[in-house]
Amino acid sequence: MINYLIRRLLYAVPILIGVNLVTFVLFFVVNTPDDMARIHLGVKRVTPQAIAKWKEERGYDKPLLFNHRAPGMATFTETIFFQKSVKLFAFNFGRADDGRDIAYEIKKRMGPSLAIALPVFLLGLLWTISFALMMVFFRSTYLDVWGVVLCVGLMSISSLFYIIGGQYLMSKLWNLVPISGFGDGPAALKFLILPVLVGVISGMGAGVRWYRTIFLEEIGKDYVRTARAKGLSELRVLFKHVLQNAMIPILTGAVVVIPSLFMGSLITESFFGIPGLGSYTIEAISSQDFAVVRAMVFLGSVLYIVGLILTDFSYTLVDPRIRLE
Amino acid sequence: MMSLKPILLWTDVLLGLLILGGLILSGFIRRRRHLRAPWQRVLQSKSGIISLVILSFFLGIGLLDSIHFRPPVDTGKSGSKAYGVEVLSLLDLLVGPLRQRPEKTYSAPLATHLYTKETIELADGRQVRTFPRLIFGGAHLINPELDKTGDIVHRVLTGLGVAMLLWALLSSAWLGFLSRRHRVGFHDWVRTVFRGQCPVPWNAALFTVLALLLAGVPAALLSIKYHLLGTDKVGQDVLYLALKSIRTGLVIGTLTTLVLLPLAVLLGIMAGYFRGWIDDLVQYIYTTFHSIPSVLLIAAAVLMTQVYMDTHPNLFETVNARADFRLLFLCLILGMTSWTGLCRLLRGEALKLREMEYIQAAQAFGVSDFRIIIRHILPNVMHIVLISMVMDFSGLVLAEAVLSYVGVGVDPSMISFGTMINSARMEMAREPMVWWSLASAFSFMFLMVLSANLFADAVRDAFDPRVRTLSDKFNLFGRKPVQEAGKD
Repeated sequence: MINYLIRRLLYAVPILIGVNLVTFVLFFVVNTPDDMARIHLGVKRVTPQAIAKWKEERGYDKPLLFNHRAPGMATFTETIFFQKSVKLFAFNFGRADDGRDIAYEIKKRMGPSLAIALPVFLLGLLWTISFALMMVFFRSTYLDVWGVVLCVGLMSISSLFYIIGGQYLMSKLWNLVPISGFGDGPAALKFLILPVLVGVISGMGAGVRWYRTIFLEEIGKDYVRTARAKGLSELRVLFKHVLQNAMIPILTGAVVVIPSLFMGSLITESFFGIPGLGSYTIEAISSQDFAVVRAMVFLGSVLYIVGLILTDFSYTLVDPRIRLE
Repeated sequence: MMSLKPILLWTDVLLGLLILGGLILSGFIRRRRHLRAPWQRVLQSKSGIISLVILSFFLGIGLLDSIHFRPPVDTGKSGSKAYGVEVLSLLDLLVGPLRQRPEKTYSAPLATHLYTKETIELADGRQVRTFPRLIFGGAHLINPELDKTGDIVHRVLTGLGVAMLLWALLSSAWLGFLSRRHRVGFHDWVRTVFRGQCPVPWNAALFTVLALLLAGVPAALLSIKYHLLGTDKVGQDVLYLALKSIRTGLVIGTLTTLVLLPLAVLLGIMAGYFRGWIDDLVQYIYTTFHSIPSVLLIAAAVLMTQVYMDTHPNLFETVNARADFRLLFLCLILGMTSWTGLCRLLRGEALKLREMEYIQAAQAFGVSDFRIIIRHILPNVMHIVLISMVMDFSGLVLAEAVLSYVGVGVDPSMISFGTMINSARMEMAREPMVWWSLASAFSFMFLMVLSANLFADAVRDAFDPRVRTLSDKFNLFGRKPVQEAGKD
């Protein structure tokens, strides 16, 4: 088990290096720091001095890969690649363009992001799986058929519509919850209801269909027939046998996203004015703050890889036949 | 109008090539029975043929909107030719009135007056605050309060009548063509079709065409004199915006798959077939790409293009060429972020296939790896490629809206569902509320994505052997399994 974990962690290193290389090429090779400075300072009427100053303030005034003027190891460390990309491995994210510490911002904004993403994930999982099980229980009836129709319809609606429609109905028309905003502690609850509800509903169409297919595939297998032949009730067959055996595909899809929940949702957070990581990213994108975008790309990849490892471990919990070696 | 200067935008060329390739491929498929059979199953499903009709309607609009040119500008001198900087499409010509009749600002659907009050000076010098008449919408009415309803009813009824007439002509032509091909008498054939007794549910297709006509012809008649879906903040006709958005959605949905297919197919099959270090390398590449959050990768790449385009402004002749370049690049980067799923599927399939007896037999005969991949593996994974292609389409159309909202979608000057929603999102908070831009964008997008989803389901049902056994077992949509699939 420990060996397996170590091997997986080692395997993650080249992947993260790859991610870093991709972002490095995107941010520094496709466009030089001079180009970026020019965009930030305005394309026209910008003096070379202003560009040099901008670059120096942000540490972009070093060579890309090799610094021939620096002595010894500094040939490699006094470069943009080392300062901006390699340091990410130590979770040293540096400063945003407005001078704030990115790591501090990330720590501060994780909480609000999780407050939305975690309930959406858990309630969504519970709701979609129960709905899918219900449809499978009533399979080949009108309930099932109309359920599928409903799911295809829900899938075809833009996620933006759910948010805008939800805000209009719940906040403007019925005055139930505030349109947007966030509070501390229990006061946050009234701000959370709507985004969570919207999140669950907008994920429902695709989710229910996916789980329904998994359950239907499982229900055609021989052990289910055996269970029925033993005289077990259909409900018991579904919950005891089918659900347990469908755990592997369910976990494959679900566990991998758990770490990424920290990242929050871009759209939801920016629509509902929640000061989480998602809205942080959006702000960074719209103000072209590349340091923040780079940090978020790295963080996202790390969390995804953690998710992959967690998925493997979760298999051993639900299927005793699987051993990690 | 004779001297138009045709303009080939990059996306036009690629879209054209895609259509051409599709036509050649369909000619190829028509002549082979085993390839034709699953497509016939698609046509034989009701939802399949209905969604196909609706999708071809969208495709038609999109293609009309993909033939671009620059209209000549009247310079006043004869003999010299100058072309406007505006790039227009055939669709712009067809719906000319919609494009050329901007109002001042918001106006409700079918309104004759502006949505906001303005101070108007009367003839006797007094000033009144009132809703002014629109410049174009309902301008032909002398007394809009009295005449409007009658005029609208008149137009709708005429439209419905014309639509029925058109439909009767179209459907009898089509049915006549089919009856001749099947060598059945026209009357017998009509009876078979409308009783739903022929394997392809032509009745469903024809009724869909009827519904489209019944909605489209009155809408066209109304929008000659009104703004059918109102106008937006700068007074542009919302119906026009919605129609123009269709092409953007189509381009993103189709060209992206064009980008990701070669990558996914080549790498996936090679990894599965050769195994060893190639497999390791390919797995490494797709895990790396997959682990980057796709929105962020897209954002980073689009921001970088933006920087590139801002620092190289002289590369682009017109605003449209610039917007088009960004659209193309968006497709490229969307393809780069979404090829991993298909690649993994294909790798798994190739791993399975290479152990099959016929592949091993081919290897034993000394057939080269390249030929085995082309002749034996590729045809046997094509159904996966096709299914994932049609399944991706709707997701990509939806993604465009979200990306445009984040600000990393298409160029703001390009009309798309995303930019429509983005510019209209504050309108719900207005008092009184402006709902029509959002409602039109969402309903057009919904119709397009829904039909794409239904079509994708029909294709998957027809091509995926696993789903087919499932749906036979549970008879999912109350559809009878068709016995003679080969007989059209």
